[in-house]
Amino acid sequence: MQKVLHINADKCTGCMQCEMACSFENYGTYATAKSRIKVFEFHHTGKKVPYTCTQCDEAWCLHACPVEAITVDKATGAKVVNETTCVGCKVCTIACPFGTINYVQETGKVQKCDLCGGEPACAEACPTGAITFIDANWTGLGKMAQWADKLGNQPTAV
Amino acid sequence: MSWAGKILRVNLTTGTVKSEPLNMDWAQAYLGSRGLGTKYLVEEVDATVDPLSADNKIIWATGPLTGTMASTGGRYTVITKGPLTGAIACSNSGGYWGAEFKMAGWDMVIFEGKSAKPVYLYVNDDLAELRDASHLWGKSVWETEEIIKKGLQDPLTRVSSIGKAGENGVLFAAVVNDLHRAAGRSGVGAVMGSKNLKAIAVRGTKGVGNLRDPKAFMAAVKAGKKVLAENGVTGTGLPAMGTQVLMSVINEVGGLPTRNHRDNQFEGAKDIGAEAMATPRKTDGKKQLVTNQACFGCTIACGRISKMDENHFTIENKPQYRGASGGLEYEAAWALGAANGVNDLEALQYVNMLCNEEGIDPITFGTTIGAVMELYAMGILTKEQLGTEATFGSARALAFLAEETVNGRGFGKEIGQGSKRLTAKYGHPELSMSSKGQEFPAYDGRAIQGIGLAYATSNRGGCHLRGYTIASEVLGIPVKTDPLESQGKPELVKAFQDATAAFDSSGLCIFTTFAWGLQDLSPQMQGACGEQYTVEELAKIGERIWNMEREFNNRAGFTSKDDSLPARLTSVEDACKTGPAKGKFNELATMLPLYYEARGWDSEGRPTAATKERLGL
Repeated sequence: MQKVLHINADKCTGCMQCEMACSFENYGTYATAKSRIKVFEFHHTGKKVPYTCTQCDEAWCLHACPVEAITVDKATGAKVVNETTCVGCKVCTIACPFGTINYVQETGKVQKCDLCGGEPACAEACPTGAITFIDANWTGLGKMAQWADKLGNQPTAV
Repeated sequence: MSWAGKILRVNLTTGTVKSEPLNMDWAQAYLGSRGLGTKYLVEEVDATVDPLSADNKIIWATGPLTGTMASTGGRYTVITKGPLTGAIACSNSGGYWGAEFKMAGWDMVIFEGKSAKPVYLYVNDDLAELRDASHLWGKSVWETEEIIKKGLQDPLTRVSSIGKAGENGVLFAAVVNDLHRAAGRSGVGAVMGSKNLKAIAVRGTKGVGNLRDPKAFMAAVKAGKKVLAENGVTGTGLPAMGTQVLMSVINEVGGLPTRNHRDNQFEGAKDIGAEAMATPRKTDGKKQLVTNQACFGCTIACGRISKMDENHFTIENKPQYRGASGGLEYEAAWALGAANGVNDLEALQYVNMLCNEEGIDPITFGTTIGAVMELYAMGILTKEQLGTEATFGSARALAFLAEETVNGRGFGKEIGQGSKRLTAKYGHPELSMSSKGQEFPAYDGRAIQGIGLAYATSNRGGCHLRGYTIASEVLGIPVKTDPLESQGKPELVKAFQDATAAFDSSGLCIFTTFAWGLQDLSPQMQGACGEQYTVEELAKIGERIWNMEREFNNRAGFTSKDDSLPARLTSVEDACKTGPAKGKFNELATMLPLYYEARGWDSEGRPTAATKERLGL
């Protein structure tokens, strides 16, 4: 079963545990500036929205890379940057429609979410369930269950 | 480790910015944030200095756990000699600024001297420089943050700044970061303004690392988060209802000071508490509360984001207040509401936004309005003087006087001096509900004995955050004690004060202590910093910090006479009128000597030589 990161922004409180977990997993330090998942705050509405790579099947970044530095992890489905191959040309950052692959000045390479090899640290750290790692085929299951519950609780027609 | 190991020293007179190594001996002994910043202050500043003079210094300090994954690890403290009290002032804030500053690679920044013209400090990792702020002077906190971010073309910059109140010398001006998180109390914003320092803008990309034992630390962090999640207060009550959950609870025990402490229960409490915020309004069918919000690293998320009724009289033709913004916390709702007898929730939210926008402490402001309304009721202050009628309960008067205060207009200038100076000027100092010149927050010291003692002995003046005995006396955390009973309270107050000093100095939020004790802090400190941070050591560090603060105040001229409460709280004539505490007044005279004894102080409230020796002072 392939799993994906699933985001429910309504549950996000803006605590940044995910950003710290991501940077700690990848760099051994708590540095939100280095996180591959970002939380956006829209203060005029009070909304907080975590956002990261959705691991497209037909990944623009992968196809755009001139040196084939981005490959598919067959076990997780993640599109993974091979840092030794990456030349830092940034074409992938232009190709990605969602902005979720970005250049890192300090390394001269790009970085993106690689699902931590199958155990994403962000989902593990999220205290509210705003970020979960669930069955790729059934990301709608939670919402379906909510609606089903509503339906089940309808007063019976007389 | 997990200290960055570096501090910034900014001389505003000469315009120089220098990096220097953190004094690691002090860091080990005082942790960080409140404790360590205060250690630097008391070593470098004469306790008798005029708080608003160039000789005073002001420090922004993070703790060793600030910027880590420890839950609530986003906090920083602003430390200075306070202009409202003349005592040590340290005011703690959440939001995101503290972690950003730590991630830039700094533990603290010390400002000394006074700039000839308005400046702000810009920090981007190793780069730290003073920049011209003449275009920011006269701007609100909200405008300042927006202008700085736009100017830098960097939306990820975090800003800690003052609004007009800090510039104008309002003695309870706050330092505000991330739009609505504040180092709110004791007038730290006025000291910032007195130095022509408008803001500190920070971008930190280095991160916080060098943990002593990363594996052990992460395990301790995970265990700590679990305790918070499973606790009724931190896991359910605070995220859902915020601190406002307290309004009905405190009112029921008869401990909700009302109309400048003339009453101890408020008939309008139900209109201004958590339930009211979550109930659709009759006017537009919408709830005031939009959502909750966490500070950096916090897995509790007690913060409120609220939205006003667009047709409320206070915001007619003022579109800037129609969006979602920082909502009412319990202390603000009480101070703006019950303390003045005002039960208009929308008006309270409007004034709450003004407090954030221009940077003032809603507790001291609201309590000062309570005194103004009492003087008005007595006929001492008039409509002509105030520019408004000011009967208890008037939302219009509250809103008008708030606007006058934050903008430094009319009678607002006198309100900006706080209740102690204002009531003294009009011949009724007994009407200032304060200790050491700082106004009491939302718990009645007559109905809740321990908190009265905590107010009287707080090193920064009247304050609930230096020893929150409400946890024990009302909520039963960690054990229930009788709020009406003074026996045992001196020891309780001391224990809360010491543990709080340790939590404050670690870089974590004191709200964790609804679920955590030092036994939960210890493994996190051990994983991050050093094996020596056992429960006993942390308690000792807390006590050391408390005594250090006390000695600074003693050198500043405070004596045991200042460990006092107004007669309204201690006299039988003014005892509680209603509820379970009816007939009660604070038994401070009985408790204070026992408190001194428990602290190892002499009868004048001075730490004895033996106490200082024991604590390594």
